[in-house]
Amino acid sequence: MDLLAERGRRVTVDELNTTRLLAHARKQAVQRKFDDVLIVDVDAHHYENEHYGEILPFMENEVLKQINMGGRAKGGRGTLVPTHAGFTQDMGGRVTRYPMRGTEKTEPGRHRDIQLGERWMDAMSVDYSCLFPTGMLNIGMHPQKEMEVDLCWAYNRWLTEKVLPESNNRFFSMLCIPFSDPEQSLRHVETFGDRKGVGGFMVTTVRNLQVNDNAYMKVYRAMEERGLVLSFHSGPNWSEPVFRACNRFLSVHALGFSFYNILHCTNWVINGMGERFPKLPVVWIESGLAWVPFLMQRLDHEYMMRPSEAPVLKKKPSDYMRDMYYSSQPMEIQDMAAMEQTFRMINAETQLLYSSDYPHWDFDLPSTIWDLPFVSEKAKHNILGGTAARLFKLPPRNAAQKANLQKFGNLVTA
Amino acid sequence: MAEQFVGKLSEFKDGDRRIVFVGDNEIGVFRHDGKFYAYSNYCLHQGGPACEGLTIAKVEERLRPDKTSEGLFFSDTEMHFVCPWHGYEYDMKTGECVSDRKLRLRSYKIVEKGDEVYVVA
Ligand code: FES
Repeated sequence: MDLLAERGRRVTVDELNTTRLLAHARKQAVQRKFDDVLIVDVDAHHYENEHYGEILPFMENEVLKQINMGGRAKGGRGTLVPTHAGFTQDMGGRVTRYPMRGTEKTEPGRHRDIQLGERWMDAMSVDYSCLFPTGMLNIGMHPQKEMEVDLCWAYNRWLTEKVLPESNNRFFSMLCIPFSDPEQSLRHVETFGDRKGVGGFMVTTVRNLQVNDNAYMKVYRAMEERGLVLSFHSGPNWSEPVFRACNRFLSVHALGFSFYNILHCTNWVINGMGERFPKLPVVWIESGLAWVPFLMQRLDHEYMMRPSEAPVLKKKPSDYMRDMYYSSQPMEIQDMAAMEQTFRMINAETQLLYSSDYPHWDFDLPSTIWDLPFVSEKAKHNILGGTAARLFKLPPRNAAQKANLQKFGNLVTA
Repeated sequence: MAEQFVGKLSEFKDGDRRIVFVGDNEIGVFRHDGKFYAYSNYCLHQGGPACEGLTIAKVEERLRPDKTSEGLFFSDTEMHFVCPWHGYEYDMKTGECVSDRKLRLRSYKIVEKGDEVYVVA
């Protein structure tokens, strides 16, 4: 593939460079003086599947480790985590960073994923990123519970021991927990919860478990006691029986990302988890925003007629939903009036957290928030990073950011 | 409005493209089917480098008279260029965003002088 870059220079595929690809993002950041604004991206990704050679040795069970590593020695094993046929995020190479990713050069000495991450963060003027995996988002569909547990364990050790320490504190994570096994989920919280760079834990929501099951209460309590954040990261699943009715990736992606968070958020709210864990911050990630007003209206409507089925609630479902947080991407900016209504309904000024989802195909730049005509200056600062700075206790990186955090009440004192 | 040199006509093969910098502006110049087209390199979506991605024929779904689908085909006549950030597709001949033709990239005039190609910006 031939691409063209600055001044007509022909760029061949082995020269992909994230900084160059995102040159216009940098321009936007300079125009908007984003370096003066603390920006936190609560949902960015790396391709951990390209580092299985580093991750798998951290597995605890020798037999499971041998199954995975032995298979890889024969030329790679694509079956470590469930994958999907038909998942063409790159649109046949139209989103060029997918086919070209492997060609990007990094310097020896620091972890590749950190270097790539810094390139896009610097381009967008993002100060801190919450790093999530890519393939591991499907871990909830693994047919073997013990493999899910051990892969999460290995990934979390690798991430906290090998990757995050090289990031100059600019990356943090909400670690993937093996939600199919509540006891092991608790062990993850107890083991990793106090580690540097761990802001909380993440449940991949492509699953059919009930988040309100009694078995999870000790897990949530352990997070709440430690002042950690619980997040639910959504995803699509073409194998889900209902989605087998979809014939296009667009359809299964548009529906699936919202569907799983709608499902689990419904159980969370209707079972009064907000009453049980009032101090546990909960973030719903990567479902866009349009689903939130939909669900608020649906649940309030039903609750008014059937309060006996949700007796733990002391207020309407939408009120509990407004107590929780939502990551912004992918913002469905097509109808500005609808978006304004959504911001009002979710109390965006205090509950919305900017996320890019970079490098995935439908990423959002910070300008998607900054350029909204109906959002106040305070809300812009809060959404882009102020609220996340408070949640994850992140300090400013320069004096201007400090002044802005102070101005809008977001400065965290150590 | 000034004329900005783009390249030599003889070195500008069909299917080629150049990105020209005019002050702070960037313009993508394409040569397609013997004609030149020049558009702003700032995508109407989130400002990505709209002219720096793939050029690829429009995808069509052909319907039979009884409204059943014959499947997907590449167009023989309509070429698109695709913003590499998220895939917005633009009509090569008009600069319109094909998902909403009310949106259109700013276009620029091209002049050929002997063996030299210029964009007026
Ligand atoms: S910026 Fe061009 S497709 Fe999004």
